[in-house]
Amino acid sequence: MRVVLADYGAGNLRSVSSAFARAGAEVEISADPGTVGSAPLAVIAGVGHAGAALAGLETRGLDEALRERAAAGRPLLGICVGMQLLFEESDEGGAGLGLFKGPVKRLQARRVPHMGWNALRLEGEVPLLDGLAGADVYFAHSYSVRPTEDLPRAEVDHDGPVVAAVQRGALAGVQFHPERSAQAGARLLENVMAWSRSA
Amino acid sequence: MVKKRLIPCLDVTGGRVVKGIRFENLRDMGDPIELATRYSELGADELVFLDITATVFGHDPIVELIERAAEELQIPFTVGGGVSSLEQARTLLRAGADKVAVNRAAVEAPELLSQLAEEFGAQAVVCAIDSKAGEVVTHGGRTPRGIDTVEWAQEAVRRGAGEILLTSIEADGTREGYDLELTRAVSEAVSVPVIASGGAGTVAHLAEAFEAGAEAALVATIVHENPERIPSIKQELKEAGWPIRI
Repeated sequence: MRVVLADYGAGNLRSVSSAFARAGAEVEISADPGTVGSAPLAVIAGVGHAGAALAGLETRGLDEALRERAAAGRPLLGICVGMQLLFEESDEGGAGLGLFKGPVKRLQARRVPHMGWNALRLEGEVPLLDGLAGADVYFAHSYSVRPTEDLPRAEVDHDGPVVAAVQRGALAGVQFHPERSAQAGARLLENVMAWSRSA
Repeated sequence: MVKKRLIPCLDVTGGRVVKGIRFENLRDMGDPIELATRYSELGADELVFLDITATVFGHDPIVELIERAAEELQIPFTVGGGVSSLEQARTLLRAGADKVAVNRAAVEAPELLSQLAEEFGAQAVVCAIDSKAGEVVTHGGRTPRGIDTVEWAQEAVRRGAGEILLTSIEADGTREGYDLELTRAVSEAVSVPVIASGGAGTVAHLAEAFEAGAEAALVATIVHENPERIPSIKQELKEAGWPIRI
């Protein structure tokens, strides 16, 4: 199936793009709002600064395209900073797309960034994480989402619970890096594509 | 809880993995991506590519290597070795490296760390510190910098480093264990993860580094001699009670 990665001018998309290709996707990287808006599955990926990322989306008109596709129930996945962008105000600076309710806060833990492999604990029905309960996936982040609405999710423990994934209908986000999470990451991408086909 | 990491370090030059003693008598060990993939399949948690000749031959082979690694590897990787400027570090990260390790360039221009963190996030910025008798050294240990290692680690983190790769020059190559006193002092002084480096010879040495506060252990010789040991090393650590990804 066709997967479009939103190119907002920051972050290297090579590894995410290759991981989707390995999972069988036909991947396109695009900064065109029409292409991003109409893709069977759109993905916001990338690392770096949440404020800069949102500015990059806005400059290209991608923020509207993403809001519209979310409103229309077309599948959208945010990865790492891309997940944070689905939420609201970030401690790192700037608002998010506000598709999920809740802020993005700096992690409170003995070691920040939260760096390395951590095991997923499922809270509720998260079809995206089918077969991944207890699986170790790779994290590298200093900020995390704090949902203020009741969302099916997965958490990991890093001196307290950290939200690792959320999903509501066709809208989902993962804080970890599936493209760097070995077999567990590959499984997630396969799940995402299966979920997009059925959404 | 986050798992303790085992991180093999591959020395590369001219696009090939090499092995030698103190950068001499280098022997060709093969294609970096093939070896890296093998390590990944055997359970390495992360990898470091150290370009041991970057300052001599320029950066083209390493950029090409990073692009291939970004496409083909399914675990994270750090690139370091001779990164001399913001522009070079940026080139490596833009090519697809998950993290870049800066050493001497950061000692000479600490603002480099903040600039990189601002642009790519602290999680992409590793400050590599070589230490000898508690003092920061560069040029493979030959140049003392007159800076206390613990103080420099703290400053590096204040400036934006998201991880410290801490190498004891005295322990490096001895296979007699990590410098635990140094590892403990730096781990207690900073809030970012510390990767212990230099001196690993046995599984017990890795456990000692974790005990001293390291979040990860860099390994070279003990896995290069026999990569098939990776699963048993991790299994032993897990059985000893450490949180390890199997």
